[in-house]
Amino acid sequence: MKICEINLRQMKEKQSGTIKAVKVGGELGRRIREMGLVPGTEITIQGRAPLYDPVALRVMGGTLTLRNNEADHIVVEVSDEG
Amino acid sequence: MTANLYPKSTSFGYVTKKMKSFYDAIKLNKMTKHSTRMALAGNPNAGKTTLFNQLTGARQHVGNYPGITVDHKEGFFSHDSKDISITDLPGTYSLTAYSVEEVVTRDFLTSQKPDVVINIVDASNIERNLYLTTQFLEMGVPLVIALNMMDVAKDRGIEVRHEKLSELLGIPVLPIIARSGEGCDELISKAIEIAESDFSWQPRDISYGEDLDESLLEIVREIQGKPFLEADYPPRFTAIKYLEHDDEMIRKGQVADSGLADKLEKIVSKVSDHLQKTTEAYPEAIIADHRYGFIKSIVRQGVLAHKFDTDRLYTSDKIDKVLTNRLLGPVIMLAILFGLYQFTFSWSELPVSWMEGLFGWFGGVVEATLPDGMLKSMIISGVIDGVGGVLGFVPLIMFMFFGIAVLEDSGYLARVAFMMDRVFHLFGLHGSSVMPFIVSGGIAGGCAVPGVMATRTLRSPKERMATLLTVPFMNCGAKVPVLVLLIGAFFAEHKALYMFLFTILAWFVALVAAKFLRMTVLRGEATPFVMELPPYRFPTLRGLFIHTWERTWQYIKKAGTVILGISILLWALMTFPGLPQTSQDQFETARAQVTANFSQQPDLLKTELIRISQEQSAATLKNSIAGKIGSFFEPASSLAGFDWRTNIAMLGGFAAKEVIISTLGTVYSMGEVDAEDAGSLGDRLVKDPNWNRVVAVSALIFIMFYAPCFVTVVCIAKESSWNWAFFSMAFNTIFAFLGAVAVFQIGSLF
Repeated sequence: MKICEINLRQMKEKQSGTIKAVKVGGELGRRIREMGLVPGTEITIQGRAPLYDPVALRVMGGTLTLRNNEADHIVVEVSDEG
Repeated sequence: MTANLYPKSTSFGYVTKKMKSFYDAIKLNKMTKHSTRMALAGNPNAGKTTLFNQLTGARQHVGNYPGITVDHKEGFFSHDSKDISITDLPGTYSLTAYSVEEVVTRDFLTSQKPDVVINIVDASNIERNLYLTTQFLEMGVPLVIALNMMDVAKDRGIEVRHEKLSELLGIPVLPIIARSGEGCDELISKAIEIAESDFSWQPRDISYGEDLDESLLEIVREIQGKPFLEADYPPRFTAIKYLEHDDEMIRKGQVADSGLADKLEKIVSKVSDHLQKTTEAYPEAIIADHRYGFIKSIVRQGVLAHKFDTDRLYTSDKIDKVLTNRLLGPVIMLAILFGLYQFTFSWSELPVSWMEGLFGWFGGVVEATLPDGMLKSMIISGVIDGVGGVLGFVPLIMFMFFGIAVLEDSGYLARVAFMMDRVFHLFGLHGSSVMPFIVSGGIAGGCAVPGVMATRTLRSPKERMATLLTVPFMNCGAKVPVLVLLIGAFFAEHKALYMFLFTILAWFVALVAAKFLRMTVLRGEATPFVMELPPYRFPTLRGLFIHTWERTWQYIKKAGTVILGISILLWALMTFPGLPQTSQDQFETARAQVTANFSQQPDLLKTELIRISQEQSAATLKNSIAGKIGSFFEPASSLAGFDWRTNIAMLGGFAAKEVIISTLGTVYSMGEVDAEDAGSLGDRLVKDPNWNRVVAVSALIFIMFYAPCFVTVVCIAKESSWNWAFFSMAFNTIFAFLGAVAVFQIGSLF
């Protein structure tokens, strides 16, 4: 089992990981961070909307949603089981 | 060409300015009462409203902050024989100028300086909730934390040690369960204690790392001792907001002292550049990271203890597995929305008929007691018909609002936004556009006025404008009675089905129009969809009733004031100037003639006299001011199947859509001689030769899509500009007319 960094968009349902970096500033960055998506936070993909977008995440006891193209800015460290 | 049409919406300066005079007005009221002034703040979905209702019960006053839809909720209660007034601040995650809710919260705290702020924190989601708390600490407000939903946290296997949290934060923390009221007494006692102590606003410093701390100190040194925003914010808070690129703070700084503000902005851009080069991070990112770092360090010092595995499925997640399931989710969503229709329309039928009966009885009493003349005509045709036509639908609107409140309070509405975002995004809108659309009548029965105002939560001016301009296409509460009337009259056997179809049509048209606008006059980037899915909750009956009543009351107030005035005005438009003497004489001559001709056949005579009277009433109305306007448009409107009477009604609908009913009522009761005929307006339309199913559909299309009522138009103008307001009127009317013509022309072929 090795550790690797992937994009949040590429995570599968039920997969968990730790946020490594949020590579976006401005309004989107501020919104992402104030909801608790900061480096070091553990997340789990809870599911996706019927049309595969947006994605729902479990973060610190709450559920957040964001679009796939917004998830692109978030780098997550996951344990590669493949 | 579009650039100058945009409002300067990124800054909320107008909110601040308007609220100042608003607060000045309410201040007097408070000074005389000598009560303790509390403010309730916290994240959305943390149970703020539940606590507010629990504390104040029915003793609350809901108003709007001037010019914005954010509710100003104030409630009153006593505790230990002390009078307390409490303001329910809008739910926010942060104190930046990200949304108008945040600006309202910040401005309230700085300009009103409440005696104590109760910060409600969801114990089951403590880290995220404390993010707002850290900012209150930095602002230095007198704070008490209400740790809510201790029961939910416990169910989830989370134990929160509130004494420990209190010790680490240095402020009182009281565990409560807002739903049941557990712990509320202790909370209020503590809050009063804080309010009455001579607590001076004492900001707390949080470290943001070497680089930023240095810049913060530099900024603080610059503003310390100068009157720069100091009356409102502690220097360090101002400095943090500058580093966070807070537009509102930067704007205020420029107003206060532009020389100093320029200097501060320079310091900020210097450190920003430095950080970009060394760490590739923005100052606001580092600030957020450190705030969460601060929170995590506190929570890890034994505040939080997990009793069992946190990964286990919560009840809410289990429900979501079904309700947002790829296949089942949309099906269930459609079923729930359709169920809402059945509930609203079938169940409210009986109370609606009671209301109709009541106003019918009123009309009868006036008819029997008052002498014939202008006053009687005005009261029956202007007042009772007008107001009764609107109030008659109050039960229906109450049922609808109740249904919406259930969806909202249970947390399901957020799932609808989640499931619909992909679709909305496709049309150049945002998942959050769902709310304005639903408020405006996406689930029939809302109102475009709050809908237009609810678009303020959308940050991108382009998505906001697209939402703003298309929400009036929705079937608002005022259009619903008109739709119900026409559908009930012409398609009585499939009432719910047709209502549902016309709602779907409204959505379709609004979305296509939004896409059209986003591809033409409103081209541009999309805004983020970072949103919370609150856990499912059983709505409390009390909360539901308060919600339902608030909204229904707003509808009644509108009906009782605006509609009454307009109804009387329209009655005047339709009554004056009356028939010229020569034509009155002609009718008299005709009467005398038939009386002489048919004196031996009383039945025939009666029909003939009725016919003449009908013609006279029709002629009178046609000669009135409204009639002239209606007739003027008849050549054009006949393409859509509308005669001059329908034109008059549509004209009335410009004022408010529900006026279409009262106008049709007035037009038809005046056009008939037998005022005693108790048949409903629907029956009259069915009997009328100018109406049939094709005309009904054509009229439905026109009513749904033509120019918004003037209240909405004024709101659109206030939210954007008069250019857009006129654009909206013209665009919608042309579109609606073309649609109606198409329906009538094609429908008439069969």
